[in-house]
Amino acid sequence: MSVQAAARRPAFRFGFYESLFGIVVALFAVVTLVRFTRGLGATTNLSDQFPWGLWIGFDVLCGVGLAAGAFTLTAIVHIFNLHKFEPIVRPTVLTGFLGYVLVSMGLMFDLGQPWRIWHAIIYWNPESVMFEVAWCVMLYTAVLALEFSPVVFERLRLERPRRIIKVVGTPLVIAGVILSTLHQSSLGSLYLIVPEKLHPLWYTPMLPFLFFISAIGGGIAMTVLESYLSKRAFGRHLEMDLLEPLGRGMVVALGVYGLLRIVTLSGNGALAGLAHPGYEEGMFMIEFAIGVLVPVGLLIFDGVRSSPSGLIAASLCAVMGFVMNRLNISVTGMERAAGVRYVPSWMEITVSLGLVALGFAAFALAVRYLPIFPEAPAHAVTHPATAPGRAPARAALSPESET
Amino acid sequence: MSVGLLFDQTRCIGCGACSAACKEQNDLPLPIEERTTAYTWTVVEKENGANIRRLCFHCLDPTCVSVCPVAALTKTPEGPVVYDSKKCIGCRYCIMACPFGVPKYQWDRAVPVVGKCVMCIDRVREGKATACATVCPTGATMFGERDDLVREARARLVNEPGKYVDHIYGLAEAGGTGVLVIAGVPFASLGMKTDVPQQPLPLLTWQVLSKIPSFVMVWGVFLLGVHWITKRRAEVHDAELAGDDGGDDGMIRVVDDGGRRSGGKGEERR
Repeated sequence: MSVQAAARRPAFRFGFYESLFGIVVALFAVVTLVRFTRGLGATTNLSDQFPWGLWIGFDVLCGVGLAAGAFTLTAIVHIFNLHKFEPIVRPTVLTGFLGYVLVSMGLMFDLGQPWRIWHAIIYWNPESVMFEVAWCVMLYTAVLALEFSPVVFERLRLERPRRIIKVVGTPLVIAGVILSTLHQSSLGSLYLIVPEKLHPLWYTPMLPFLFFISAIGGGIAMTVLESYLSKRAFGRHLEMDLLEPLGRGMVVALGVYGLLRIVTLSGNGALAGLAHPGYEEGMFMIEFAIGVLVPVGLLIFDGVRSSPSGLIAASLCAVMGFVMNRLNISVTGMERAAGVRYVPSWMEITVSLGLVALGFAAFALAVRYLPIFPEAPAHAVTHPATAPGRAPARAALSPESET
Repeated sequence: MSVGLLFDQTRCIGCGACSAACKEQNDLPLPIEERTTAYTWTVVEKENGANIRRLCFHCLDPTCVSVCPVAALTKTPEGPVVYDSKKCIGCRYCIMACPFGVPKYQWDRAVPVVGKCVMCIDRVREGKATACATVCPTGATMFGERDDLVREARARLVNEPGKYVDHIYGLAEAGGTGVLVIAGVPFASLGMKTDVPQQPLPLLTWQVLSKIPSFVMVWGVFLLGVHWITKRRAEVHDAELAGDDGGDDGMIRVVDDGGRRSGGKGEERR
């Protein structure tokens, strides 16, 4: 059992990562103080010409996008009923939930008056993409909390609430998928209203769909990376029989995404600029190479997909390419129209790093105290078909078993 | 019927009376800055030797109003686009989205709000002209019904074709704006955005947002359908594996599952 395994390890080691974590969190605390006493101008390199920076581009756009593994995996398991993936649902839902909590925390820094965030609940503007995103993120964070709650109930041995969640399991998963589809795509829709500002290499009416499909690719890649990091941190083995098909899924998602980007770009003539690459063209080519060409090029080979190092390298590329895409849309592609260069201040970077560090710490704590990973010995997980009884009982949600 | 302003660039002498009157009317702190900020809602800038006023264009279908998640920005029936600082959460989407770069933020404050020209809404509601139009010594800024102002602008372009560039800025920009500008030099040389789309920008996002209700229903039914089909398939598959008739497999799964849970605990005890 993971709790027992954790108990065998020393309660706290002060190693390299712990020191790094301490420094980042200490700086994060200082910057937080500056941010809320001195305001955004003293903390960030934002300006009237460049009002959205790293906190929107990375903390929000990447945070939400890379947490998409949660809805993708719950859909695979509970809508497509591919139950062999159940052993990785819990860590993925946890990653998703923590991701959304961090996005909300990031918003607290970015909003000018975060204590008014509840205004979106009472002052409505259905014409606003931001209004829709606010509602979807709010509701989906609640859905993720409910999807994760059986883990907590199980730990606390609360049978009744656990059963209630199981009964509403399928509608909950479907609501989660719908909400995710809406706001993942709407983060792209945010940029539909700036056709003359966003560089044609990134502006297209297809932005909502591109954001959705790339979030699926990025979310799956994050799931693979999270499995790898868990393996390193918690001494777990890699469930290659589950991760290999995820690699296939990544090929499909990134492939559809890549083709669609090329089609839309050849349609608006932006590709012609690649003959004489400047700043934007260079950034685009790096983004497309590491985010699409390299991972797809690697993952189409069976040998790469079924080797842990190959799959992890490809996933890392996909995640970096995803991050670069969101930063290119929110920063690189907007700079020319703004007439200014935006480089985040060290304080902006500190907040983003601090949030990531807090996310890792929260994940580690959750793994230590909650039944996140299957307790089974290696054979039961690597061959779930031979032990079908174990996986469903460990899933974050298994509504079918009660209905 | 909505009101607006006509700014005739050829008549502006750059005295800055409009900026001073604006500060006083709207209780804005001095000094008058060189560019518009959250504290200076209008300025006269000198671009290539020509005077040009900067202020909110008060779009007929404003981008800022459509993007604001909490409806802090609204288009009044009178014409001015106004801002309610008490609702604003500070997302700055209006600043990011405005095709004219008008809304500005109080970056220096711990409790910041947006600042932008509100076309002296209080005066307009009292039937008065804006402060800037009232004090303008040359009539470069003129207040009135937008329709009348369009007619006036057209008349000036027709009567003195040599004096003006043949374009009324704001007639079609962003779907039309309440503030109209005519000029003696090309608008690009005045530092004005000439790549602003000719149709209202909110349409671009509304095209997507308006489809959400039907999308939710179709997508929801689709997902439910997939769930239903794949679940049934799995049940049949399980039943076949178990060599069962498949009729009561739902029951069997429940019993099965209970067994699994208690089995898990049993294993631990063992």
